[in-house]
Amino acid sequence: MEKKLTLFKNRKRFGIEKNIDIIFKNTALVLSSLVAIILLGIILVVFFQSFESFSRYGLKFLVTSEWNPVKDEYGALTAIYGTLVTSFLSLLITIPLGVGTAIFITEDFVPKVAREIIGSFVELLAAIPSVVLGLWAIFVMEPFFRAFFVFLHNFLGWMPLFSTEPTGRNSLLAILILVVMLLPIVTSIARDSLNQVPKKLRNAAYGIGASRWKTIFSVILPAALSGIMAGVLLALGRAMGETMAVTMIIGNSNVFSWSLLSPGYTISSMLANQFGEANGSQVSSLFYAAFVLMILSLVVNIFAQFLVKKFSLKY
Amino acid sequence: MNSLYYQKRLSRNIGDKFFTSLSVICALIAILPLILLITYILIKGGSQITPELFTLEPNPPGDDLDAGGINPALIGTLIITTIASIIAIPVGVGGGIYLAEYSKGGAFSRFIRFGVNVLAGVPSIIAGVFIYALIVSTKILFGSMYSGLAGGMALSILMLPTVIKTTDEGLKLVPNELRYASLGVGASMYTTILKVTLPSAFRSIATGVVLGIARAAGETAPLIFTALFSYYYVTGFADLFYEMGSLAVLIYNFALEPYDAQNKLAWAASFILVLSILSVNIFSRILAAFTEKTKRV
Repeated sequence: MEKKLTLFKNRKRFGIEKNIDIIFKNTALVLSSLVAIILLGIILVVFFQSFESFSRYGLKFLVTSEWNPVKDEYGALTAIYGTLVTSFLSLLITIPLGVGTAIFITEDFVPKVAREIIGSFVELLAAIPSVVLGLWAIFVMEPFFRAFFVFLHNFLGWMPLFSTEPTGRNSLLAILILVVMLLPIVTSIARDSLNQVPKKLRNAAYGIGASRWKTIFSVILPAALSGIMAGVLLALGRAMGETMAVTMIIGNSNVFSWSLLSPGYTISSMLANQFGEANGSQVSSLFYAAFVLMILSLVVNIFAQFLVKKFSLKY
Repeated sequence: MNSLYYQKRLSRNIGDKFFTSLSVICALIAILPLILLITYILIKGGSQITPELFTLEPNPPGDDLDAGGINPALIGTLIITTIASIIAIPVGVGGGIYLAEYSKGGAFSRFIRFGVNVLAGVPSIIAGVFIYALIVSTKILFGSMYSGLAGGMALSILMLPTVIKTTDEGLKLVPNELRYASLGVGASMYTTILKVTLPSAFRSIATGVVLGIARAAGETAPLIFTALFSYYYVTGFADLFYEMGSLAVLIYNFALEPYDAQNKLAWAASFILVLSILSVNIFSRILAAFTEKTKRV
């Protein structure tokens, strides 16, 4: 009896082990808070670097399009317009394509194996680096679409969107390459949310005599809508921040034009293009533009998170 | 009587046919770019592959017909991605451990998870801008400006959310019984995590981390003004503190050159980059599908 007790006495945890336990926990805590620190650091650093330009131009920076390092005058309207127009128009094309593909993958038009292959093909598209897409856009897409752009200009030239003579790289090409980049995002998220719609909803609709597409349009899609919306918003954030492929194909011109057939700029492509060689107050103005981009994508992302959280467990 | 049979001409059946073909067309359009891309990269890039490509330095752009090789860029990509992994994996796995094992779903962990998702959505060029302001322009790294080290740091910011998320989700899938059993026999928390939960989640975490690394290897935007580019061989440790080339930046720079020789080099580099990224992706997909099957049995 005596012996057993001493045995247990020796079995208590050593002080050093307790300390290791505490250190381990606190290290993990510090490492996880690093995410918040980095995020805050990014926002603060970019804000303070843009301060000089911010105090000089204020909000006028957002609505003037002159970008002249020689005269030291900066306004980001061209880039902001480019960012918004390319991301929204590319999304407009991607949504029907992506949702249509997702419906194709989740319905049983073709055997499951074929659908899975198509699904993973689309997802592999997301793994291709954007710089490679840019290379492809320059040497394959641009020559391919050249005749089509001329046609577009000749027939729709009266619209401001197509009013310039197409000469090589332009915003419309950037929109098309963005479609290629956004398709995997929208498709895979739409597929996941369509898959989450309970089977009994579909069976109920079939049971009262709805046809397949009546079911899809009136039951399945509305049920999956919030998930799809979140995916669309994530894609929008991606489109705004996308840099390389767009920089390589958009033409990089700071002359403001409504037309999609003229070379343009986005905030990210302006950063990629000018940051390396900028000096003086141009750097600060570029940081200001970066800050605008960050706020845009933060708002979109936070809104997407909110949607996901609010609606994800409805069914 | 007639209503028992399928009637082609009913408007609902015509509509169904129409929308079905529409979705088929959508799917075809969706996979078309991938097929075209792969074909072009295989043909245009694959035809440029020679042994010298892997051993030579690229020649500076000019009328020179011989563009040289991509050795410095290849090595640079390996080094920069390794630096990024060395930073992002410990931080990410540690953070993920805290979220999954220690936090009790309170405000802090919700905030961090939210932050992870927001950080994942930060445009990659912003990571480059951040590191430029923090490290390149301040010359904080022993007076060096553009360097492979700075490039690695910028990439690690992009990898971090992926690593945390996969660790967090991988650990959450580990059944609680394992934890109770380990704690029940008297193991401390850190022994439980290091010896029981982390090993049993290892494969899913590793898959996610490898995918994150593959993604980072193709990133260009954070590197163009942190690591910049270099035409010269990486010769030693000290080169970490100088400009460093990478496949991604090589493709960007040489695609925009007007010379054919440089463009061909860009295609060759894309071939190598895409082939390695896709094979990592396909391999880890197969691995994931395999483990899922064995778990179900």
